[in-house]
Amino acid sequence: MEFHSFLIKYGEIGIKGKNRYIFEDALVRQIRYALQSVDGEFLVHKCHGRVYVDCEGEYDYEETVESLKKVFGIVGICPVVRKEVKDPEGLKKDVTAYVGEMYPQADKTFKVEARRANKRYPMNSMELNCALGEAVLDAYPEMKVDVHDPEVRLNVEIREEVYIYSEIIPGPGGMPVGTNGSAMLLLSGGIDSPVAGYMVAKRGVELEAVYFHAPPYTSERAKEKVIDLARLVSAYSGPIKLHIVNFTDIQLAIYEKCPHDELTIIMRRYMMRIAEHFAKKNGCLGLVTGESIGQVASQTMQSLAATNAVCTLPVYRPLIGFDKKEIVEISEKIDTYEVSIQPFEDCCTIFVAKHPVTKPNVERIEKSEINLADCIDDLMKTALETAEVITVGA
Amino acid sequence: MEVYLDNSATTMCYPEVGELVYHIMCRDYGNPSAMYRKGMEAERYIKEAKETISKLLKVNAKEIIFTSGGTESDNQALIGCARANRRNGNHLITSCVEHPAILNTMHYLEEEEGFRVTYLPVDECGRIRLDALKEALCPETILVSVMYVNNEIGTVQPVAEAARIVKQYKQSILFHTDAVQGFGKYKIYPKRLGVDMLSASGHKIHGPKGAGFLYVDSRVKIKPIIFGGGQQKDMRSGTENVPGIAGLALASKMIYQDLELKTEHMRELKTHFIDCISQIGNVKVHGLTDEGSAPHIVSAGFAGVRSEVLLHTLEDRGICVSAGSACASNHPAISGVLQAIGTPREYLDSTLRFSLSEFTTKEEIDYTLETLYNCIPMLRKYTRR
Repeated sequence: MEFHSFLIKYGEIGIKGKNRYIFEDALVRQIRYALQSVDGEFLVHKCHGRVYVDCEGEYDYEETVESLKKVFGIVGICPVVRKEVKDPEGLKKDVTAYVGEMYPQADKTFKVEARRANKRYPMNSMELNCALGEAVLDAYPEMKVDVHDPEVRLNVEIREEVYIYSEIIPGPGGMPVGTNGSAMLLLSGGIDSPVAGYMVAKRGVELEAVYFHAPPYTSERAKEKVIDLARLVSAYSGPIKLHIVNFTDIQLAIYEKCPHDELTIIMRRYMMRIAEHFAKKNGCLGLVTGESIGQVASQTMQSLAATNAVCTLPVYRPLIGFDKKEIVEISEKIDTYEVSIQPFEDCCTIFVAKHPVTKPNVERIEKSEINLADCIDDLMKTALETAEVITVGA
Repeated sequence: MEVYLDNSATTMCYPEVGELVYHIMCRDYGNPSAMYRKGMEAERYIKEAKETISKLLKVNAKEIIFTSGGTESDNQALIGCARANRRNGNHLITSCVEHPAILNTMHYLEEEEGFRVTYLPVDECGRIRLDALKEALCPETILVSVMYVNNEIGTVQPVAEAARIVKQYKQSILFHTDAVQGFGKYKIYPKRLGVDMLSASGHKIHGPKGAGFLYVDSRVKIKPIIFGGGQQKDMRSGTENVPGIAGLALASKMIYQDLELKTEHMRELKTHFIDCISQIGNVKVHGLTDEGSAPHIVSAGFAGVRSEVLLHTLEDRGICVSAGSACASNHPAISGVLQAIGTPREYLDSTLRFSLSEFTTKEEIDYTLETLYNCIPMLRKYTRR
């Protein structure tokens, strides 16, 4: 069947009172972003408190739906058949033809939900419900009316044109990106952090990201992999500004001057400090990490407290209560899993103690960090100044 | 300074070869099967390529099959012969240090087609044990495959001796050699060696990628593994890669010009390089360092330094080398070859392969040595505690 438009259903954003237009405008903007790489011409517009995507001429239906399914804020996507407004007899023919094509078995329970936005039409909504229901029953004896719990809700809207639709493809839910400020994601090459970014973007938050590389201990390919992950997340979140920080010298200094079992935790504290620096500089309202309680030594409650202690911005950890399996499921759904598990060598293992502390004490860690006093300011300055910034997914 | 020392992974195309490939792609682009003159002209390139290569090997032009490269040649040789000679037995022999193109094809024949495969052990230099070969031969044996030069450590295999042992045991057992690292470095005459099949690849000898050949003695019973329009006398269907084939032939011709001078040049640099890195301390050069090893490959372990870390350090200074074998480097597993020759633990994950070409200069080698002298002590400071 050929569809000419999509009616976009949005949930939560409908209840935002006077701010509603902000949410709708963001939704329209994100839909346009999502469709820019799809074959076809699309007109995205707001009309009578709804958002429509009109498809002009030839377009790729599957690709369009797949792209719309990535736009946060969309609860449902209804493929619409558009017909010109005709007299009641002509309208009946269009509607029965639609039913015949959508449901070839024609054995469903149904209900007609007509709306007459175009008040010049000779029948009102109630009359339309009756007349169209009757026409469907006449044409398909196996169809039955059920006004309480129908299998098919046959929507017929009379506007400048007639819109007919009955299917709802579920959208991702959430809120349109750009309606809830921005946050700085600590992105590694692993499975968790892209999922964390996705989760926060789902609540309407725009993303920036920071990645720490440590040449020659990590390779150029590992960096490419992170860029690829950012690109995959950007399909949902919109463009991501990615800050790539050379962390080698800081890592080596920690390695030389601090107790070995505290390396990871001290390293993470410096990563948080750097991430916060870029967050504040760019007006981000929080940091986002992929941490989950107890997953590894650096993610125990004590370790999280120790890394958290260096930040003044809130740190959002959307995966905090998730098991690895649940995180993997989401990463598979958003297509980041395959990339995350690419085995590029991670030579940072030399910086990982065989038995890292699992219950670090903040005061002790702070004392260890004093060992870095003579060099860390310069090293941090260099790391911040030499960071490479690229925008992914624009 | 940019120094390319990964010539066993791939090589720079000779500019003359590049020009020829370009010319054929854009001007003489006819399909060799076409009936008109343009097709005939394309066919002529293939005919000439066959003649060039067969002359170098001193074989008959009819005995050359063009393929997409070393991997396809190896697959064709092993699968094609195993299937065609199944009636005479189901036992195959190879060595445990072969390239994955051989090893994984053997695994396939073992697991999917019910053949029995013996993987010969090697000595501490990486040479196959000939006594083990003698023991492995049995009435069921139909095919033996031993590589000419090992791609990871450069060891030259005793191919002639192995072929002699095999043929003495039974004349009808087929002998294949994967000469991807040997062709272009040694004068190889299959008929004198007693080799029935030989694989080679274009891009290891300054030719184009995607082109290689398989020599198959005319008496060998072999079945095709690729089906289609019946090109190359039904042995290898698919429109011939004319630019690739012509480029491969020109590169073959060029690499064998002044071969002695070139190998002497590489050998000199290699010896110099080995002498100098040995002075670093806690460095182990794998395999042989004399004539028993190819002139262009040096494999060395630097205890206390992870190979990837050293690789990226060198990369940062413009030097391209590979860790273990480049073909396997996307799976950072420990090299099977290094394990097979009994390499001590501390050298297993600290090994790099440096591979030279006729274009490598003394300056490049000295720059690499200087970089190693500077970097290794620094990197050794940071090892896992």
